[in-house]
Amino acid sequence: MDDLRYEAPDSPDAASSMLAEAGAGGRVFAGGTDVMVQIHAELIDPDVIVDIKKIPGIMSISESGGAYTFGAATAGMVLMAHEGFASTWPGIIDGVALIGSIQVKGRASVGGNVCNASPAADSTPAMIAAGAICNIVGPNGSREAPVEDIVTGPGKTSLAAGEFILSFTMPARAPHSGDAYLRLTPRTEMDIAVVGAGVNLTLDDAGTCTAARVSLGAVAPTPLLVAEAADALIGTKVDEAALAKMGEACSAACNPISDKRGTKEYRIKTASVIAQRAAQIALERAREN
Amino acid sequence: MTKRSHISLSVNGDEYECLCEPDQSLVDVLRNELELTGTKEGCSTGDCGACSIRLDGDLVCSCLVLAVEAEGKEIETIEGMTPKSDELHPLQRHFLEINGLQCGICTPGILVAAKALLEKNPDPTETEIRFWLAGNLCRCTGYDKIIRSVQAAAEEMRKG
Repeated sequence: MDDLRYEAPDSPDAASSMLAEAGAGGRVFAGGTDVMVQIHAELIDPDVIVDIKKIPGIMSISESGGAYTFGAATAGMVLMAHEGFASTWPGIIDGVALIGSIQVKGRASVGGNVCNASPAADSTPAMIAAGAICNIVGPNGSREAPVEDIVTGPGKTSLAAGEFILSFTMPARAPHSGDAYLRLTPRTEMDIAVVGAGVNLTLDDAGTCTAARVSLGAVAPTPLLVAEAADALIGTKVDEAALAKMGEACSAACNPISDKRGTKEYRIKTASVIAQRAAQIALERAREN
Repeated sequence: MTKRSHISLSVNGDEYECLCEPDQSLVDVLRNELELTGTKEGCSTGDCGACSIRLDGDLVCSCLVLAVEAEGKEIETIEGMTPKSDELHPLQRHFLEINGLQCGICTPGILVAAKALLEKNPDPTETEIRFWLAGNLCRCTGYDKIIRSVQAAAEEMRKG
């Protein structure tokens, strides 16, 4: 802790240079709701804290041709209060709204939730289901990657030294499409997911599902994108049989641990139930727009 | 030796300057450097809400904010609940009347959080109050009297 420095660069390039130079001793700092706790618990002992919040645009939301982009450090409360974003991506708001208290959401960001890389992160499966793309900057320039490519294990990401997520871009919303995120917890609030499921689907004019993405959280070392579950919905009217088949695919994709929140068997079984309920909410939302 | 940073910040409309360590939390600076001890530190991990303050208007846990981040920011703490006045805020008065507190450690954080709620939503339902205050833990009251105190204050404030 002797040499800890706090830096608040005002450009992406300066931030990535600082992070690259610091290597393993560098820590990206946005809302701080994970980093502060990790420092306090002596889980990490960084040399440099790089506060990215002074980078222009990193805390704001914009829209172009129906496609939303929001800065990676945008606080949860800001996303929830943005009527256009919240009504277009209600499933992401479902996930964000479940992250901690009002106080925590006043600072915590989706970028932090993704990069903290908890298997049980609530916004990550919702972002994966939505098909969000990360705009990443680093010492070698910028690149894009889907959210499902970021988390590689508990606390681990695919971001290279000096790289960080600057913003997320959502695809333009297709007509008759909707998303939802649902989690199972013993309490309604202030808890960590036993199972989480994000579903995003698109219907044609006749109500047949033409596209779907299904993502699970807290049932494997990383959030999962379950293509087999999506395939079970595509081409159907998202009826009971299709939902049951999707649920089976979700259970089959699970690779969970047993812990104080639930056993492996319980997680595998309930992943199917939670994913089906999330799909029903997504379906209702798709029919409404 | 760590390099200390000079910060200037506004707390309840008053300008302050101090030196802080790069890893020092804002609650630590409020209490130990600025001697504004109304804000309490409970868990230091963002779970209990005792350190709730407003940072540029946002309700946050000051244990999860670095003091150096507060440079140039406007902060509101429990000491600013009734600026430049000897009278109690309606929330404070109703907490006293209804006994919305026992030991009092959670109270400053709950008052700051409740004030933020009533600014956003002057007529919250019991459910809305309970969800908004879910990040403020109270070991004494069982919450019922806290909720009733907030409801009574909201009613009085709506009447103006």
